[in-house]
Amino acid sequence: MKIHEYQGKELFRQAGVPVLEGIVASSAGEAVAAYEKLGGKIAVVKSQIHAGGRGKGTVKDNPDQRGVVVCKSADEVKAAAEGLLGKTLVTIQTGEEGKTVNKVFVEAGCDIARELYLGVVLDRAAAKPVLMVSTEGGVEIETVAEETPELIFKEHFDPAIGLEAFQVRKICKKMGISGAAAKAAFKFLPAMCRFFVDYDCEMAEVNPLVITGDDQMIALDAKISFDGNALFRHKNLLEYRDLTEEEPSEVRANDAGLSYVKLDGNIGCLVNGAGLAMSTMDIIKYHGGEPANFLDVGGSASAEQVAEAFEIILSDPNCKGILVNIFGGIARCTTIAGALIEASKKIGFDVPLVVRLEGTEVEEGRKMLEESDVAVINAVDITDAAKKIVEAAG
Amino acid sequence: MSILVDENTKVICQGITGNAGTFHSLKCREYGTAMVGGVTPGKGGQDVEGMPVFDTVEEAVSETGANATMIFVPPPFTADAILEAVDAGIGVIAAITEGVPVVDMVRVYEKVKASDSILIGPNCPGLITPGSCKIGIMPGYIHNVGKVGVMSRSGTLTYEAVWQTSNLGLGQSTCVGLGGDPIVGTSFIDLFKLYEQDDQTEAILMIGEIGGTAEEEAAAYVKEHVTKPVAAFIAGRTAPPGKRMGHAGAIISGGKGTATEKVAALEDAGIVVAPTPADMGDAVVKAMAK
Repeated sequence: MKIHEYQGKELFRQAGVPVLEGIVASSAGEAVAAYEKLGGKIAVVKSQIHAGGRGKGTVKDNPDQRGVVVCKSADEVKAAAEGLLGKTLVTIQTGEEGKTVNKVFVEAGCDIARELYLGVVLDRAAAKPVLMVSTEGGVEIETVAEETPELIFKEHFDPAIGLEAFQVRKICKKMGISGAAAKAAFKFLPAMCRFFVDYDCEMAEVNPLVITGDDQMIALDAKISFDGNALFRHKNLLEYRDLTEEEPSEVRANDAGLSYVKLDGNIGCLVNGAGLAMSTMDIIKYHGGEPANFLDVGGSASAEQVAEAFEIILSDPNCKGILVNIFGGIARCTTIAGALIEASKKIGFDVPLVVRLEGTEVEEGRKMLEESDVAVINAVDITDAAKKIVEAAG
Repeated sequence: MSILVDENTKVICQGITGNAGTFHSLKCREYGTAMVGGVTPGKGGQDVEGMPVFDTVEEAVSETGANATMIFVPPPFTADAILEAVDAGIGVIAAITEGVPVVDMVRVYEKVKASDSILIGPNCPGLITPGSCKIGIMPGYIHNVGKVGVMSRSGTLTYEAVWQTSNLGLGQSTCVGLGGDPIVGTSFIDLFKLYEQDDQTEAILMIGEIGGTAEEEAAAYVKEHVTKPVAAFIAGRTAPPGKRMGHAGAIISGGKGTATEKVAALEDAGIVVAPTPADMGDAVVKAMAK
């Protein structure tokens, strides 16, 4: 689960990670009021969307309007807020379609001496969280990783212990941080590592992390996502979820306990198991088609879930055909067949349906479909299924 | 022989009194697995269709001589269940549960590696040595005793592969579902070591997916250390970057973990890569003919 920068900074503040004063606003009026409240000098108006690259991003149809604007007067704040709110911001991470800006964050300015990068993620190969810091702040870290990987410094840490003091010393030495700024690092770096663990983050990134003219360390950005599997112990985070940032059909699928990702093609897929679902997409493409979605009904799918899955797939206007590919393990072919027949009665299929069933209770499942009046194109295996649906969907 | 489990393996189920635990314990026993009991804290002394229930794993081990466990407890308690099994000295631990927090697995991974136990999963279908021992949720009948070692990060895709190798008359030595999470107890490399030593295994089929670098590391290992024929398949060739494809581990991020990179690494190691999921069995045949 992703959250907005202003929400991340609220959590940072509580966790002892230094941030600047800032106020979130939903209208130009609120933004101006926030500016006055912050002292009325220099403020930065930052669009709040779930994607990075906002500073360089521009508003659709208005390439002069950037996603982050430094303002020195109330008029400038008003213009920036009006230029952003309700508009679509396109950044390198949003894709061409961009994301709608519903809120801006008005933040006090600060005197920046150095811009650094900080990120905490899981290092899968080491099976441990890793703190990554770089002298190259404010730019895309992927670019740094590719071009100058020697400028990224990494320290793994034990989640139960956090970052050790010697690790902070190592990083400061390599980054050329000394004196009062190093003192700030001794607070900042361990606090970030602790934050990552305490909140079960998937990623906690601060880019840029700045050192101010008076040697303070401040998180100028906060890009945070949480491990969805751990949300059961962080119920308070659920209020931060912004459904307007998510694809409605994906939200609906999520509520039904289905794993669904919307794609751009025209062949709907209903599969059990993530790996098989991915390979079903692959084989559709291999035979010249384009999948409309990834959908894993899971191992123990109920009839209700399967019916919901069909409705979600059919709600996509691009869908010109559905491929059902089931290899029953825990999921029984009879459950899928029964749900398919039910769904057909309830919503009706106005697109061709190719079904490939294998595994637990396959004979009974096939028989159920045969005896029903649902128009099904049967497939004997996964290649046959892919070829038939590609042809049927045109 | 086979790897990890055989007809001498005695299995308990942690979470045996839950719906899934009961259902699959019975299915495993039906298949022929020596299911010797189960554990549910607070329900010791009960009985599930003739399988005794204990309060602790330690007790179950001392009473039944169990040397393997199958874990079905809910995600918030899975890490603890694994640690309890490690503490009790259980040799093979298969954690079927899906949805375990990653931070929990960091802690568990260290402890497992420092012990003599082997952890399969979490978020996996389990493992099976056809004809003698099934620990997990895979449909038993698709398997045949045979010569291919099958290992995979994905459940149903493994069934697909197993089905193809069965239909081709190759059969399987032992099939292991490694699990779809970012941190799992056992890697492809761990199993390559075992398959390489196993007499029954004549060829190895590795089924990977996008995300992470496990397949690239395995390819490097195969190039240096594996003499047996190896075939592979990578799921997610067409998956868009930044989108999680069901498994928490299956995501292309920062340009890393793409199928193209993985296929290139595998082919470089002399591994026959199946172009589509329908060709996994054929890829094994080709690898064996090389």
